[in-house]
Amino acid sequence: MTAPFYVSPEQLMKDRADFARKGIARGRSVAVVQYADGIVLVAENPSQALHKISEIYDRIAFAAVGRYNEFENLRIAGVRLADLRGYSYDRRDVTGRGLANAYAQTLGGIFSSGGEKPYEVEIFVAEVGESADGDQVYRLTYDGSVADMSGYGVMGGATEGATAHLREHWAQGLGLAEAVKLAVDALSSDSVGEGGAAQQRTITAEQVEAAVLDRTRPQPRKFRRLPDAVVTRALAGSDEALPTEHGDADPAATGSAGPDNSGAAAAPPS
Amino acid sequence: MTSTTDDRAGRLPGSFHATGSSSFTEFLGSYAPGLLPGSRSLEGDASALAPHGTTIVAATFPGGVVMGGDRRATMGNIIAQRDIEKVFAADDYSCVGIAGAAGIAVEMVRLFQVELEHYEKIEGTPLSLDGKANRLATLIRANLALAMQGLVAVPLFAGFDVASEHGRIFSYDATGGRYEEQAFHAVGSGSLFARGALKKLYHDDLDERQTATVAVQALYDAADDDSATGGPDLMRRIFPVLMSVTDDGVRRLSQDEVADIADEVVDARRVRPDGPAAPLV
Repeated sequence: MTAPFYVSPEQLMKDRADFARKGIARGRSVAVVQYADGIVLVAENPSQALHKISEIYDRIAFAAVGRYNEFENLRIAGVRLADLRGYSYDRRDVTGRGLANAYAQTLGGIFSSGGEKPYEVEIFVAEVGESADGDQVYRLTYDGSVADMSGYGVMGGATEGATAHLREHWAQGLGLAEAVKLAVDALSSDSVGEGGAAQQRTITAEQVEAAVLDRTRPQPRKFRRLPDAVVTRALAGSDEALPTEHGDADPAATGSAGPDNSGAAAAPPS
Repeated sequence: MTSTTDDRAGRLPGSFHATGSSSFTEFLGSYAPGLLPGSRSLEGDASALAPHGTTIVAATFPGGVVMGGDRRATMGNIIAQRDIEKVFAADDYSCVGIAGAAGIAVEMVRLFQVELEHYEKIEGTPLSLDGKANRLATLIRANLALAMQGLVAVPLFAGFDVASEHGRIFSYDATGGRYEEQAFHAVGSGSLFARGALKKLYHDDLDERQTATVAVQALYDAADDDSATGGPDLMRRIFPVLMSVTDDGVRRLSQDEVADIADEVVDARRVRPDGPAAPLV
């Protein structure tokens, strides 16, 4: 029997963080941008079926990068937590902050527990408020740390180029089409060319997964996926107002669940 | 180090991460069984404990289905509430009306609503209409122990089947038996009278508003002969709750729409109190 080598806690944590960071850096990035009527979430995701962006609750959305099985597991835990809170208290008592805290504890617990490999994921928890001041976006990293973003945020692999693009071009009160275009442009500026200069790639509408939390939606559930056609139009720089979704009903005449909510729209256009 | 128990400080417990189930009820059963409506057991007859809701009617029309419920809840001979709502949207394309022990039924509907939304969020696609109807049957079956104590809750479920594009109605018994009804159905204490009225007034070529009128007529007849069912309250302007489900989704008819229909029905009854006469042959 040989005695194990001594590894300092600093080194141990650093190794685990490097491991997680490397895994995350392999994937494509996700951007979150605040616009006039809410928050738009944009991911580069060629798959139409495996989502990186999802609905958690009425006003809360989830976006993730990294290992699919790990963030899918966290997403389901989040939906369960939110539905449990809403069922045992009230729908209004489900908050993004509560969810972000639960995720932070979970990710932090896994990161510092010696027996498990750290999760290779980063997560956005976005909550849309009654007004732009009430909007909240939390960014959670693999080690359980939480950052409160304001205006915009990017996570994933090489985020420097995208963050720089957003810092330069983001302004308060963007329209939806502008916000989608800005987010896609930002995601396109992530690759680094020869000599270290940022290089623009081209991302087409089919490669984009986009969804919004739209506070102007009459239904209680504010999450809505954006179909490819809407993204295409936004990328073309068309300034015409985006059409409202089909089948909006009078909110006053609707029961506790509104018609045409994201479930129907969640099926990707074939 | 591979412990899966809940002693991992601060983290969400294991049930939150369990894979394989898209059902909120199953999750609740593993994590907080005390929150499930059917988890209690009582001794003896408990039927006098809670107010009872009464009559629910539903009828299909080309392109959809209408459901209506009166507004009365009773405890014995007392009117417990005169503006209770017993018809709810279950999700975008279905609605559910409740008859029986009001507390149990309302809790069951709340759980059913979360169940449907939960599935939809986890799977990314809504349940089929048959899937929803079966899920509701499971919830009713879980209440069997309380039903034996007199706290029976029997819903009526109706929805628009987006696959076959027509409205469908499902009725249940207290053991969770699920029965698909053709054209129209009624449940609750006044349902015998309501069903009689539906038989005489229903045609399969009515539009949404006409079908809603048939529902109000049927509820009027139920209230006429069943003391536990409330008729339109003209003084307080309390009218039945009416929901319509079409391919546009579920919609609650506005107070003005229902008031219009109810006023029309009541005006006609001033002339002929028993309602419209059907031809002899």
